[in-house]
Amino acid sequence: MSVVTRRDFLRISGVAAAGLTLSRLGFDLTPAQVYAAELRRDLRIKGAKETPTICCYCSVGCGILVSTDAKGKVINAEGDPDHPISEGALCAKGAASYQIAVNENRLTKVRYRAPYSDKWKEVSWEWALDKIAANVKRSRDASFAEKNAEGKVVNRTNGIASVGSAAMDNEECWLYSKMLRALGLVYIEHQARI
Amino acid sequence: MTNHYIDFRNADVILNMGGNVAENHPVSFKWIQEAKNRGAIFIHVDPRFTRTSTKADIFARLRSGTDIAFLGGMIKYILDNNLYDEFYVKNYTNASFMVNPKYSFDDGLFSGYDPSKRSYDASTWALEKDENGIPKRDMTLQDERCVFQLLKKHYSRYTLEKVTAITGTPQSDLEKVYAAYAATHAPDKAGTVLYAMGWTQHTVGVQNIRAMSIIQSLLGNMGIAGGGVNALRGESNVQGSTDAALLFHILPGYLPAPREQWQTLEDYHKTTPATKDPRSVNWWKNRPKYLASLLKAFYGDKATKENDFGYSWLPKLDKTQDASWLNLFDEMYKGTFTGFFAWGMNPACSSANAGKVRQALAKLDWMVNVNVFDSETGSFWKGPDTDPKKIKTEVFQLPCAAFMEKEGSISNSGRWMQWRSKCAHPPGDAMPDGEIMYDLFKKVQALYKKEKGSLPDPILNLKWDYETDGKFDVHKVAKEINGYFLEDIPEHPVDKKEYKKGTLVPSFVYLLDDGRTSSGNWIYCASYTEAGNMAVRRKKDDPTGLGLYPQWSWSWPVNRRIIYNRASVDLEGKPRNPNRALLKWDAENKKWVGDIPDGPAPPMGTEGVYPFIMKPDGVASIFGPGLKDGPFPEHYEPLECPIEKNLMSNQRINPVIKIFEGGPDTFATCDPRYPFVCTTYRVTEHWQTGVLTRWLPWLLETEPQMFCEISQELAKLRGIENGEKVFVESPRGKVWAIAIVTPRLKPFVIAGQTVHLVGIPWHFGWLHSKDVGVNANRLTPTVGDPNTMIPESKAFMVNVTKASQEPAKKAGKA
Repeated sequence: MSVVTRRDFLRISGVAAAGLTLSRLGFDLTPAQVYAAELRRDLRIKGAKETPTICCYCSVGCGILVSTDAKGKVINAEGDPDHPISEGALCAKGAASYQIAVNENRLTKVRYRAPYSDKWKEVSWEWALDKIAANVKRSRDASFAEKNAEGKVVNRTNGIASVGSAAMDNEECWLYSKMLRALGLVYIEHQARI
Repeated sequence: MTNHYIDFRNADVILNMGGNVAENHPVSFKWIQEAKNRGAIFIHVDPRFTRTSTKADIFARLRSGTDIAFLGGMIKYILDNNLYDEFYVKNYTNASFMVNPKYSFDDGLFSGYDPSKRSYDASTWALEKDENGIPKRDMTLQDERCVFQLLKKHYSRYTLEKVTAITGTPQSDLEKVYAAYAATHAPDKAGTVLYAMGWTQHTVGVQNIRAMSIIQSLLGNMGIAGGGVNALRGESNVQGSTDAALLFHILPGYLPAPREQWQTLEDYHKTTPATKDPRSVNWWKNRPKYLASLLKAFYGDKATKENDFGYSWLPKLDKTQDASWLNLFDEMYKGTFTGFFAWGMNPACSSANAGKVRQALAKLDWMVNVNVFDSETGSFWKGPDTDPKKIKTEVFQLPCAAFMEKEGSISNSGRWMQWRSKCAHPPGDAMPDGEIMYDLFKKVQALYKKEKGSLPDPILNLKWDYETDGKFDVHKVAKEINGYFLEDIPEHPVDKKEYKKGTLVPSFVYLLDDGRTSSGNWIYCASYTEAGNMAVRRKKDDPTGLGLYPQWSWSWPVNRRIIYNRASVDLEGKPRNPNRALLKWDAENKKWVGDIPDGPAPPMGTEGVYPFIMKPDGVASIFGPGLKDGPFPEHYEPLECPIEKNLMSNQRINPVIKIFEGGPDTFATCDPRYPFVCTTYRVTEHWQTGVLTRWLPWLLETEPQMFCEISQELAKLRGIENGEKVFVESPRGKVWAIAIVTPRLKPFVIAGQTVHLVGIPWHFGWLHSKDVGVNANRLTPTVGDPNTMIPESKAFMVNVTKASQEPAKKAGKA
C-alpha cells in the first residue's frame, strides 16, 4: 500500500484547503492513520542496519551509509554525515546509488556468446571459468616468447591484452596486477590512460 | 594530488583550469565555497562557461588546446613583475642550476631533434655537475645559462598580445587572472590549482601540467597547506589502480616495468636513481628494497636470493616498447591478440576512435568482460551495423558485485585509502571481482600443473593463498600489500629493535632488499599493521586545525597528508606561513610537529637535506629534462586544429607525437569540411560511458540523451534551432545529437579569424537506453601525448549540420 507520511499529509492538506479535496489521494485518511503509516515506516527504518561505504563515482571519496532490512535487502543509501570530506552531502550520482543495488537490469547470470552466435546463453561459473582458463592457457602457450628478436629473455605472452579497472578495490587491483604479470602480459592498461 | 580535498579551504586563490569542478567533483566544491567564505578568490579558466564558472570571481575563456600559451604568459608576467617567491625559488627549486652549454631552443624546437625519428636526443638538456658530481649553481640567478635565465628567455616570447592571439582570451582577462594568481607568491599566501582531463587529454598534456608546476614552484606554492598541483581524478579508485600498476610501464609502487635490457636484478638496479649530492635524500635510492619485497609478495618462498627473487619470471618489454592504450588497440586491430580481458571497463565507448575499437574486438578469438551491467563492449557483436553471424569472437560476460556488495579499500585523489564495508550481498550469481580472479587463476594454475605448457614457473610459483576457511579473504590481500617480516629479525638495521617472523611491517622504512621482508606495494606499507587496518579508521581529531584528519582512514605515503611538506618551512624549520603551519621543528625535542614530515631529518639549515626527497637533486624542477618533448613547456597546436600556422613557431604540432596512419585513423587540419573545434566532457548526472548511470532511471531521466552544445552565433550560421537534431561529424565518424543553443559558448577570434567551439558529452551509447544517440568517442582521434599517450579528446575538428527537416525529438535546455 502507499505510505503517506505526516509531511505529505500536511502538504496535500494544505492544497486541499486551497480548494481541492482529499479525494485526489484516492483514499480517505485520518491523522491517526497517517500516524500509523509513519510509525510503520519508522519501525522499518529502526530495524534497518546501516553500513558505511565510499561512493563509486568520482575520486572525492564521499561517505555513503547504506541501509539494509532484516533480510539484507538494500532499502536506502544516503550521505554519511560523519564523513569529514562530504559531511553528509552527495551529488546526484552518489545520491542515486540505491538504484545500483536495486535494479532489474543488473547482470545476475554468467553469460556466454559463442562464435558467430546472435544471442547470449546463460552458463554456470564453473563452466565459464573452466573455459576461460583453457582459453588463457591456449593463447598464452601459442604466443609465449621466452626470447625476443634480439635474443634477450623476455618471458612474455604476446597474444593476450587486458584493460581494467579503476572500478575495483585496491586489493582487487593488486591481485589482478599480480595475476596478469604471472600470466606474462605486458599489454596491461586501464582508465588512468584515457 | 600533492594535497587533498579538504585542503582547498586553506587556499587564498584557487585556479580551476582544465576541469569543471562544480559539475564533475560536486561535493568537493564545498571546500572551495569554504575558502571563498574565508575571502579566497576562485578563478575558472575554460573553453566553456559551466556551473563552475558561475561561482568564479574571475572567469576567463580560452580556446581548447592553448593552455600552455595561457600559462606561459603567466610565467612571463610573474618574472617581469618580480612576483616570484625569491627564497623558495633559490633554495627549493633548480632555478639556480646550470644547464649544459649545448642546450638551445630555436623556432619551436629544442636542441637534439631528429626529424627522421620524430624524437629528441636529450643529452644536451642535462644539468651541469662539478667534478664531485654536485650540480653547479649560481645562487644570484644571473648567469645566462642558469635555469632561471633560460626560463626568462624562453617565456619572453609569450607576450600578452601573442597569448591573446593564440588563446582568444581578451588581454584584460589574462591580466586579471595573472595578477590574482601571482599574488600568492607571498609566503603567507597559498594558491592551488585543480585540474582534470581538460589538461591531460591533449598532445601536450604533460607539459600543460608542467607549466603549472613551474608556476607553483615560482610562487612557492608546493608542499604547503592550500597549495599544490591537484589532479581531480575521474574514478573513485583510479589513484589506487594506478598505484597497483594496472599500466604497462610500471610495477606496483611506481617501480619501472622490466625491459629486455635489464636481464637480471643487477641490471635493473643499475637504473636506481642516484645522486652524489649528500644534501639530496633521493628516496628512490631505496628502490631495490621495494622490488625485492614485491617479488617476495609475488612468489613467496619460491623467490630466493639465488634466483634473483624470481625477477626473470616477470615479463619484459622490448627496449623502447610502448604497450599503452592506443597502441594496445592498434595491435588488436592488426590481429596481434587472440585473447582479451575488459575487466570493469567499456572501451567500445571510452576509447578514443571507438569505431576502431569495435572493429578490433571482432579480431579476437575470445574476450572476457566483467561488469555490473551489460555494456557496449560485452555486446559489441550485436551493435549497430554489425552482423553477429560474421563475428568470431567468443564472449564471456561475468557479473560482478557493485561497490556496496563487497569489502575492500579505495584511494581517492587526495591519496586517502578509505575502507568500504560490505553492505549487502550481490544479486543472483554476481561475485566480487576479487573472488572471480581468485577462482580463475586457481583454475589456470591447475591446468598448468596438469598439462605443463610454456614456462609454467611464474604461474605455478605464484603465491596465491588468500583464503580463510576456504573462502577468499580480502584482508589477507590487504596485509600482503602492506607486507610481512618473513624471518625473525633480532636487531633491525633501522631501529635495532626485534621483529618477529610473520608480523606485519610497520612502514616501508623497515623493508629490506635481502628477501627478509615482503610488501606488495611499498607505498601502502603502514596501511595494515599489527595495530590494525588503518583504512577503516574514523576518528576526527584535527590537531593542526588544517583539516588533515590524520586518524580518518589512512593516506599514502606513511599517512602523510601533504606531500613535500618540508617546503612549507624555512631553513630553521619555522613555518613560512605561521597562520597555516603545516609542519614545524621542535628544536628542544628534536622532532617535527604537524603533518608527517617528508623524512625525519632535521631542518635544511645551510647544510641539511633538501625538501623534495623524491627528486634526485632534492629540489623542484623548473627545468625538467626528463620528458620526451622538452625541458620547458612550449605551445603547439592540437593535431587537428583550426589554424594553418602556430603563432609561436613554425612547429605547428608537438614534434614528437606518434602519428597513427591508415585504416580507421584519419585526420583533418584546417579542412573546410571540419571547421569547428570540438571538446568532449561530462555532466553531473552521468559518469564516464554511462556504464552504471545510464541504467539508473533517476539519472537517465535527468539527462536522457546525447546533445551538442553550440553558440548562438554558430546556430545562426548553420540555421540550427535549440532542440533540433544535428549531426556532428569528424573524419572518424558521425553521431547525432540534440542541439543545445546557448550563450554559454562563444566563438573565439584567433589571429583575426572566427573559430567556433562545440561541446559534446561522452556518456551515451547504443545499448541503453535506446535511440538516444551513440558515443562521442566515435569522433575522437587516435593520437596521444608523447609521454603518457593519453588521447587528445579535448581538441579535435568536427562539422555540425542540421539533421533534416524532421521536427526535433525533444526540446533541449538553454
